[in-house]
Amino acid sequence: MTLEATLLIAAAIFSVGLYGAISQQVVVMVMMGLELMINAVILAAAGVWWFLAPDPTGQVLLMVIIAAMTVEMAMGFAVATLLHRERGADMTDMATDLSG
Amino acid sequence: MISDIAFWGFGLVALLGGAAVFYVNSMARATYALALSFVAVGLQVLFLQQNYVGVVTILMMVMEMAIMAVYMVMFMGMNPALMPMSMVHGNRTAIAVALTTFLGLAAGILMVDWPARLGGPSSDVTMALGESLMGPKMLVMAVISPVMVATIVAGVVLAAHRTRYDRLGDDLKQRPADDPQPGGVGR
Repeated sequence: MTLEATLLIAAAIFSVGLYGAISQQVVVMVMMGLELMINAVILAAAGVWWFLAPDPTGQVLLMVIIAAMTVEMAMGFAVATLLHRERGADMTDMATDLSG
Repeated sequence: MISDIAFWGFGLVALLGGAAVFYVNSMARATYALALSFVAVGLQVLFLQQNYVGVVTILMMVMEMAIMAVYMVMFMGMNPALMPMSMVHGNRTAIAVALTTFLGLAAGILMVDWPARLGGPSSDVTMALGESLMGPKMLVMAVISPVMVATIVAGVVLAAHRTRYDRLGDDLKQRPADDPQPGGVGR
């Protein structure tokens, strides 16, 4: 149980999530990729906190990360619901005009 | 020693669960694989002595995956989420980007000369977190709380089918209301 091991596991999970976020076509699966990436960030932040500076400030940062994940999930579901209602679309390729 | 093995085991479960999300051929299974990955990471966080954050992660993610499963039954076409499917685009690019990212991160992790630990943890880290959030880090709570409320409002506004603003206009002053089937007695 070392910092390097923790961060390596987190990096691997992050990369898998990145693969999913880039490659998946279904909106919900893209969200799963994003969730996996934030999952890795939680693990990495927890590892850095424990092995480098275990004071409460780091834990507060972790709470912020978890809050960000909640917001991402809620807004993602809301947008996906709207997309489905307006266009019957559940794929990112059907909503490329939203790319900005 | 045992805790080391358990920590690595949970890491492996988290990684394989994450990979399974994009490998299994039905969305329902993908949801459960993601839930498994999150629970494993939550247990790892518990190993890193963050009791509160670990438990919150596990509880939140199990609930979220339950919602996600319901969501897919609601919206995904076909036999809801149980049909085999492979819906990817740019697969090779994605694999290349993911691999490059991992190698870059791993190189950084292994080559950086990590500093020694600064200070020690409090005797009760959960209590320390609570006192911190209610004391010197109150601003974090004060910011997160309205963001959460705004998320609830925005989520409902985006997801609701017809609201009073569709019926009565943006200023709620439009009379008669714009309904698909007009009501009243025709006066």
